[in-house]
Amino acid sequence: MSKTTLTRRGVLRTGAVAGAGVALPTIFTASSARAFTNEPTGGSVTLGFNVPQTGPYADEGADELRAYELAVEHLNGGGDGGMMQTFSSKSLEGTGILGKKVEYVTGDTQTKSDAARASAKSMIEKDGAIMITGGSSSGVAVAVQGLCQEAGVIFMAGLTHSNDTTGKDKKANGFRHFFNAYMSGAALAPVLAKAYGEDRKAYHLTADYTWGWTQEESIKAATEALGWETVEAVKTPLAQTDFSSYIAPVLNSGADVLVLNHYGGNMVNSLTNAVQFGLREKQANGKNFEIVVPLFSRLMARGAGENIKGILGSTNWHWSLQDEGSQAFVKSFGTKYGFPPSQAAHTCYVQTLLYADAVQRAGSFDPCAVAEALEGYEFDGLGNGPTLYRAEDHQCFKDVLVVRGKENPTSEFDLLEVVEVTPRGQVEYAPDHPMFAGGALGSCNPGA
Amino acid sequence: MDAIILQILNGLDKGSAYALIALGLTLIFGTLGVVNFAHGALFMIGAFCAVTLNRLLTLSHQVVDETRTDFLGNPLKVDVPYMQDIFGEATGAAIIDWSVPLAILFSIPIMIGFGVLMERGLIKHFYKRPHADQILVTFGLAIVLQEIIKQIFGANPIPTPAPDAFRGSFDFGTMLGFDPNVIIYPYWRLVYFGFAAIIIGAVFAFLQFTTFGMVVRAGMADRETVGLLGINIDRRFTIMFGLAAAVAGLAGVMYAPINSPNYHMGMDFLVLSFVVVVVGGMGSLPGAVLAGFLLGILESFASMNEIKSILPGIDQIIIYLVAIIILLTRPRGLMGRKGVMED
Repeated sequence: MSKTTLTRRGVLRTGAVAGAGVALPTIFTASSARAFTNEPTGGSVTLGFNVPQTGPYADEGADELRAYELAVEHLNGGGDGGMMQTFSSKSLEGTGILGKKVEYVTGDTQTKSDAARASAKSMIEKDGAIMITGGSSSGVAVAVQGLCQEAGVIFMAGLTHSNDTTGKDKKANGFRHFFNAYMSGAALAPVLAKAYGEDRKAYHLTADYTWGWTQEESIKAATEALGWETVEAVKTPLAQTDFSSYIAPVLNSGADVLVLNHYGGNMVNSLTNAVQFGLREKQANGKNFEIVVPLFSRLMARGAGENIKGILGSTNWHWSLQDEGSQAFVKSFGTKYGFPPSQAAHTCYVQTLLYADAVQRAGSFDPCAVAEALEGYEFDGLGNGPTLYRAEDHQCFKDVLVVRGKENPTSEFDLLEVVEVTPRGQVEYAPDHPMFAGGALGSCNPGA
Repeated sequence: MDAIILQILNGLDKGSAYALIALGLTLIFGTLGVVNFAHGALFMIGAFCAVTLNRLLTLSHQVVDETRTDFLGNPLKVDVPYMQDIFGEATGAAIIDWSVPLAILFSIPIMIGFGVLMERGLIKHFYKRPHADQILVTFGLAIVLQEIIKQIFGANPIPTPAPDAFRGSFDFGTMLGFDPNVIIYPYWRLVYFGFAAIIIGAVFAFLQFTTFGMVVRAGMADRETVGLLGINIDRRFTIMFGLAAAVAGLAGVMYAPINSPNYHMGMDFLVLSFVVVVVGGMGSLPGAVLAGFLLGILESFASMNEIKSILPGIDQIIIYLVAIIILLTRPRGLMGRKGVMED
């Protein structure tokens, strides 16, 4: 049996050497200290595009990536410049950002919070990304926003519609251009009341996660304020594929409207099932039974085929908008890729331009300077009319579209028609609105 | 009462899909002793046979319509299917409309061929390996197939509607003395249930009343003795694998109009089908069918609001809960033979 000799001196010596070893990298970093995380030093700057490249939202992610590539091309002076021509701010000149050529790296969120955080982390630490943007889910947006806050980089959210992203989970380094569930409710409810009357009984089916909950809450509040009654609100598992056993109880619930707080595959399946069960031909309480899909995505609606015809919902943006900015974007995107962009592509493109413009105006890549330039910033020409990036919660306020599934589509892209452009004033709310309460922006983190 | 009848119908419908997939799984396990985690992928490929045939039938050429414009303001190019050129507008449209039922014929040779290829090319090398290896390799195969389908067809669901004749629902309520529109059930789901019953009946009849089936059953009971009698049981088992693949594929074809096919639909069904097989008893064909319907009905009842108000979340765990109870009280499953997977 061997005997180990452990002396006080020995332990101290080993500890000191080990301690110095651990501290070494920090010492080196400190000596080459930067003002903020990933401060660009060469002739280029790297942006991190974190989109779902695999998993159920991969098609939406692919469209986001197309938009990002287009934005990078335009920022570097390529193509026709797209929305840079119509943007009210004229600080972008097609010479990159602050004269640095824009490069990018991509990550795969897989629409899983942990995978999205890992890919964002890798882009920040290994590739030196100065800003992270993208995503197609609120769960992911909240997770990545938190990571960017800790890491000291700016997060420009992609498609995320939960109130929480700029509500209880808001962060000083995070910014959302996309609209939210509250805005959907505020825009949609008056149109619903006008189309279907104020005496309606609604039955909600809701995807059981952050986005579904806030959307149900928002739509319920907005419709009840107009006189609708909520008969029942049922949570459905996110992994559910066949909704027949959730649709069947709707038949005899006394409801005359079904609200589907579902997105993506959930929405395609629940809507298809509801139509199969004859809900749209049904009469209840002496009225035609109606189905509502509060958040429409044209990309996803394609999966539901004919079933979306005549169904009302809301959307952040649609390619058929006739304003100058939308037209410019549709033209450059359509010419490059051969089909019109989705709302996800639009928000991602706009977010990239807004970030680049903020850096340009601030004259620095420092996240705190960029955040300051974005806060309270009023702009126009990016497709939704005059828009404000509110300082209090980093949420964009702009017009919201109420859309309806088109009866006679001319192509597979022509699925929705804009019923009403709800003016910004109608969808605004106080920063301390109860649906957005519970969190604080905190202060901006430059990292390093 | 009406709610209960509706959920029974729902359960039968869900149960048909579970039973069809579980039947194929059990066939493979009973004959070849292989735990096939790629079985869900076969179901998915079946559904994509329907999608493929639909795409083939709607192959189109473009005609420029000068009166309308596309999103960039250019004259609109309208797709005209070749089917309508060949057979005339009405017949062409009818053929496209019936693409899902036609896909049954289209998918059978494809699925059998695919099954045989899969067995000869991959599975046969794993007969003597432990079950864990079989699970890993078949699960890996499932992922590969899934990614291939996603590469070709994309990640979004693809609408594959049933023929117009089967749109809408059947009013059961009026038959049973209820008010109209109280108990209605979609026609296509009824067709699915009937179709599943026919397939299940056909498989049992095939195994029970044909010489081929008799040999296979003998092989399932005692492979060695059948081999000693000079019968090439391996070849028959290969055919059985093809048959099991065809059953899963047909289940998928007919399921396409119920939920738009997407690349991961197989995985959604796979785990459930395994629970069905385990509850029914590994290797027992009637057990798989019985457990399929049983779990389908239980799942439907568990998602009723009345039940969920007492036990919140029960709809998400009911199947696994039942599996745990059955495995604790009767480890070999409802109709499992003694000794199977018990060593």
